Amino acid sequence: MRTIYLDNNATTAVDPQVVEAMMPFLVEYYGNPSSMHEFGGNVANAIEKAREQVASSLGATHPTEIVFTSCGTESDNTAIRSALGSRKNRHRLITTRVEHPAVLTLARHLERDGYKVTYLPVDGDGNVSLDLLEEEMDEDVALVSMMAANNETGVIFPVEKAGRIAHEHGALFHTDAVQTMGKVALDLGGGNIDLLSISGHKVHAPKGVGALYVRRGCRFRPFLLGGHQERGRRGGTENVPGIVALGKAAQLSQAHMDEEGTRVRALRDRLEKSLLAMPDTRLNGDVDRRLPGTTNISFKNVEGEALLLMLDRKGICASSGSACTSGTLEPSHVLRAMGVPFHFAHGSLRFSLCRVNTDEEVDSVIEALPPIIERLREISLFKD
Amino acid sequence: MAWNYTDLVKQHFFQPKNVGVLNDADGTGKVGSIACGDALMLTIKVDKENNTIEDARFQTFGCGSAIASSSILTEMIKGKTFNDALKITNQEIAGALGGLPPEKMHCSVMGREALEAAIADYRGETTGPEEEEDEGRIVCNCFGITEGKIRKVVEENNLRTVEDVTNYTKAGGGCGSCIDEIETILEEFSEAKPEQSQKQHKPKSPKLTNLQRISLIQEILDNEVRPILQKDNGDLELVDIDGLAVSIRMVGQCSGCRAAGLTTSWIEDKLKEIVDPAITLDVVEEGA
Repeated sequence: MRTIYLDNNATTAVDPQVVEAMMPFLVEYYGNPSSMHEFGGNVANAIEKAREQVASSLGATHPTEIVFTSCGTESDNTAIRSALGSRKNRHRLITTRVEHPAVLTLARHLERDGYKVTYLPVDGDGNVSLDLLEEEMDEDVALVSMMAANNETGVIFPVEKAGRIAHEHGALFHTDAVQTMGKVALDLGGGNIDLLSISGHKVHAPKGVGALYVRRGCRFRPFLLGGHQERGRRGGTENVPGIVALGKAAQLSQAHMDEEGTRVRALRDRLEKSLLAMPDTRLNGDVDRRLPGTTNISFKNVEGEALLLMLDRKGICASSGSACTSGTLEPSHVLRAMGVPFHFAHGSLRFSLCRVNTDEEVDSVIEALPPIIERLREISLFKD
Repeated sequence: MAWNYTDLVKQHFFQPKNVGVLNDADGTGKVGSIACGDALMLTIKVDKENNTIEDARFQTFGCGSAIASSSILTEMIKGKTFNDALKITNQEIAGALGGLPPEKMHCSVMGREALEAAIADYRGETTGPEEEEDEGRIVCNCFGITEGKIRKVVEENNLRTVEDVTNYTKAGGGCGSCIDEIETILEEFSEAKPEQSQKQHKPKSPKLTNLQRISLIQEILDNEVRPILQKDNGDLELVDIDGLAVSIRMVGQCSGCRAAGLTTSWIEDKLKEIVDPAITLDVVEEGA
């Protein structure tokens, strides 16, 4: 059975060109980039090339603004800790209720350390309000951390404007841009974003590599202390094959950005329209301000894990915000923050498409899903 | 995460047995709720001469293992006398499926509870709060789990860790604030001093649990409020219940109605009167 992979916000297939670029660094060029000999020096050059590729794809002004990390979570932790550490006289952090756990779990932890954290709410469409952010700002805010786009709904947040508001009050601004890379262009040139996190495996590079953009001139405190790697900003011998892969993937993602906005968007729209034609469904998230490949749809009175199992049997991979799939016994914090009613929140499905998905794959889902919903509604004891 | 379900679980999930409702049911057991993410209704037909369960049907809202547990339960109880049926433990339900992942054991517990409720219903016993008085106070407010239920499940399944208790009952799986209390209960069991533990039972609090409150609010809205709104071609949708804060959305004619303010204050008063004077009602804009 062929796998139809529509779960690209979770992770992506490694692009064959990326594999080709990284392979030599797994096999032939195993030198340590910190070594004095040329064998290691060549490897260091490859890292610098990757740094340029990532900087260029993000629109950073200088390659040294990029620090390689092990994942998006490390980038988020580094960014937030660094910002708070370099604004010691301020004691507040503002973020949103719908951040990725990489930010939310840290924020809750910081509360125990005495920081005052404000979690901005979202409206029913999953949008944050800049007016609310403005109201919350004061001279005690060290950092505002707001994701560039939500991983569950795909809703895009106005991070450049939020960054400007943060700066007007002397605070730093961080964004988790793990979901937007290669899909939505962010303006780093405007100087409103100080810190930005990305992850390799969301953009067709392998797992185990990420990066943090640190605006030139922004104070920085390293998270991992150790050797002088990454100009003393991140200790630990570099994940060279991963870094080379991320560089190549960044270059490819930039090249494919237009396709994401046109062909992938059209695929998503067709899938979405067809699924929403079923009775008792709802779209979760602002229809006009979303990532091009993401759709989050709820099916009333059915449960998400049961849905995923039935799809899985047809080779279709998606994800859900139901309690049984969240690992916490409670439905998705994002859908709850949006006020999605219980009988819809438990039956949510997220499809996230990317450049490798095809019309045929979307056709298969459109064909497979309606009988599954019908069957589970037959079994369900909730009928209206 | 992907679960390692056994072939039997998959079989009973993909081809469940006895789905539906018995129209001439002699007993009905309904457990769980939409808020908790799983709910099961079991209907049974009884051979009154022999006190035997003649037939059983289920309807389940829930995950794969909840549906599979319900299906196997109906197969296990058909033809059994009440006494024999009530001897079925949640372990046996899970066992009949070739085992359930530890995190899913609460599905088998739900099946066992539905069976008890259906038989109690047939016998004309109430399973309301009165009946559960001896089960003690609520420990886990997120899922409305009583001390009595935790003790029963810990004892029957020989549980040793908080994680086990969460897997079997959901208790401790929400905000986590009751984990200390669960640890205390577990310690009593491992020390095997049941007499002492009895003394520590606190008097039952008249306070509603989160779950009871959610059910009551839903009931009032569905039975007392919505029928009146529907007469005027309007309606409301329950958006969320967070502690004492209830949010609703007005739909149809009610949305944008000039008398909406009056309507919502009437609803709020009703909820304050019946549920809790501290209830607050928030109306979310339509489409918002």
